[in-house]
Amino acid sequence: MFRTRRNLDIAISEAYFEEAQRRFARLIFLSLWALLFLWIALANPVYAKDKPKRILSIGGAVTEIVYALKEEHRLVARDTTSTFPPQANELPDVGYMRALSPEGVLSVAPDLILAIEGAGPPETIDVLKSSSASIVTIPSIDTEQGIIDIISIVGEALGVPEKASDLARKVSEDFQTTDEQVSKLGDVERKKVLFVLSAQGGRILAAGSDTSADAIIKMAGGINVVQEFDGYKHLSDESVASAAPDVVLMMDRRGNHSISDEVLLSMPALQATPAAQTNSVIRMNGLLLLGFGPRTAEAVSKLNTKLYGP
Amino acid sequence: MQKTLDATEKHFAIDRVRKARRAHVLLALMLLASCFASLAIGATNTSFWSAFVRLVSGEELSQTEQIVLWQIRLPRTLLGILVGAGLAVSGAVMQGLFRNPLADPGIVGVSAGASLGAIMAIVLGATLPIWLQSSVGPYLVPIAAFLGSWIVVLILYAAATRNGQTSVATMLLAGIAIAALTGAISGIFIYLSDDQQLRDLTFWQLGSLSGATWSKVISAGPIIVLAILLSASLGHGLNGLAMGEATAAHLGIAVQRIKRLAVLATAAATGAAVAVSGGIGFIGIVVPHLLRLSTGPDHGPLLINSALLGAALLLWADVAARSIVSPAELPIGIVTALLGSPVFLWILLRRRGGMMM
Repeated sequence: MFRTRRNLDIAISEAYFEEAQRRFARLIFLSLWALLFLWIALANPVYAKDKPKRILSIGGAVTEIVYALKEEHRLVARDTTSTFPPQANELPDVGYMRALSPEGVLSVAPDLILAIEGAGPPETIDVLKSSSASIVTIPSIDTEQGIIDIISIVGEALGVPEKASDLARKVSEDFQTTDEQVSKLGDVERKKVLFVLSAQGGRILAAGSDTSADAIIKMAGGINVVQEFDGYKHLSDESVASAAPDVVLMMDRRGNHSISDEVLLSMPALQATPAAQTNSVIRMNGLLLLGFGPRTAEAVSKLNTKLYGP
Repeated sequence: MQKTLDATEKHFAIDRVRKARRAHVLLALMLLASCFASLAIGATNTSFWSAFVRLVSGEELSQTEQIVLWQIRLPRTLLGILVGAGLAVSGAVMQGLFRNPLADPGIVGVSAGASLGAIMAIVLGATLPIWLQSSVGPYLVPIAAFLGSWIVVLILYAAATRNGQTSVATMLLAGIAIAALTGAISGIFIYLSDDQQLRDLTFWQLGSLSGATWSKVISAGPIIVLAILLSASLGHGLNGLAMGEATAAHLGIAVQRIKRLAVLATAAATGAAVAVSGGIGFIGIVVPHLLRLSTGPDHGPLLINSALLGAALLLWADVAARSIVSPAELPIGIVTALLGSPVFLWILLRRRGGMMM
């Protein structure tokens, strides 16, 4: 009795064991499938989600491109440097592009962050990379081809490549028109241009080579008189006088930052220059002039007209 | 000393001790409340309480909530406590060492050195080879600021020490000279910098806790905590120094040792604090003042209270910095000075008015 009972026990437990083994195998099989599906869902954004709906745009040119693509309804916020078109100013501002706060960025709950090269600080970018938002970095550029490139990058990121290629085509057509306008100058003597970022306190802060101002002056068929240094630096009065610019180019500013033409041209540095004799001061909107976005062809054309007449 | 106290003075002294102890408790509670505020208030709508309740009941938090709480607010709060406490205690130690209420942590050249280091890193960092930039990138400025502060402090300490004796007066004057020198060298780098570097630099000098990360907490934390503990042990010695160096020496205080440790602790705490948060003024000079006005000049309780109040004030300043222009952020140096100075002025004037009556 005892023995049979024991054998029965063993038989039952063996049966249970086999059943458990089968169940276990099924479980493994099913979980493998589940893992596979999960992996596909997570690894391929194509399956996981469609076009981004909440976009944060960082950088003036980037925001301009989003508006030019007519995708502004998907923008939820911008940075301080994004001030064109004027409607952009109504969006929440997450701060200066190089001093972003991670929580400020996350508070607008973006699912796509379009960030111009140099946006930061790196600590913030690191935190944002671990969030669910994807980050697309847009290179900072100052050439015609560069503008075409970043339009297509933004278009890809927004999931509207056709619209982007339309815009790119329109921009390069604009550039063709301005190129013709510039080449029409032929062998007219090129104007020497001095770009003045500020004349605060009687000191001239001028644009040297390797600046956006230098690039746009060249594109418009002018010559940047300051080639001795890179970036923006203060020039001594004497070097301004000896550079003898034909034209002074400035950003158009509202409020008390602006300095009248008479005051500017009567500064000792500029008094003796051809620019002062012909009273040639050109003022243009800063973002239009130096922004390097979809409106740059317009800026080149305007500057060219102002330099050489229509 | 103790024996010469008469009954009223003894009563007064006991009263002081009780008052200081009450201040410890009060300030500790205040710091606790500040921590909760710092964890709960921010640009996102993440409610700290609902997140806390769900966390306790075993529910998962959303990814954004997890990032906001664990990767942004918690390290930021801890860094705020460390930096605030470090700056305030250093301020108290320097005011004690120099026997001058105008002294702040910057007086031994820490800020000037850190600032020079940061400027050099910002301007020269761009010229480093790419692989080096990508590997040390975010840590270049903090490391350079920390090294800069130490180098300047060591030069100053060596200059003021002769025959094993450090002259505090020489240190003060040499500090002014060295600050001018580092200012000039910084000027050269500012001249060489481009617009963007200049802007980075301005933001760095105004300070911010916005870049708080766990790695910053872990690297600056031990240094600042050790420096605060070291400072707290100097209370007795600084009390002695308040009566003049000769008297302190007659009382059996190792004056030179106190000086050396005070400079060391200040350089460590302030150097680390400035390296991770940039220049944050005001806390170091005002917190010890406020406490002296309310709980008296005894350095024992003063140093501990400074740590508590400094941490609490900086947390509140940080909450304000990230709320006022949300979702953007103000540099915290602006907030500490803008909100703190009028309050300080008001307390000073009110007290003077009371004394004249």
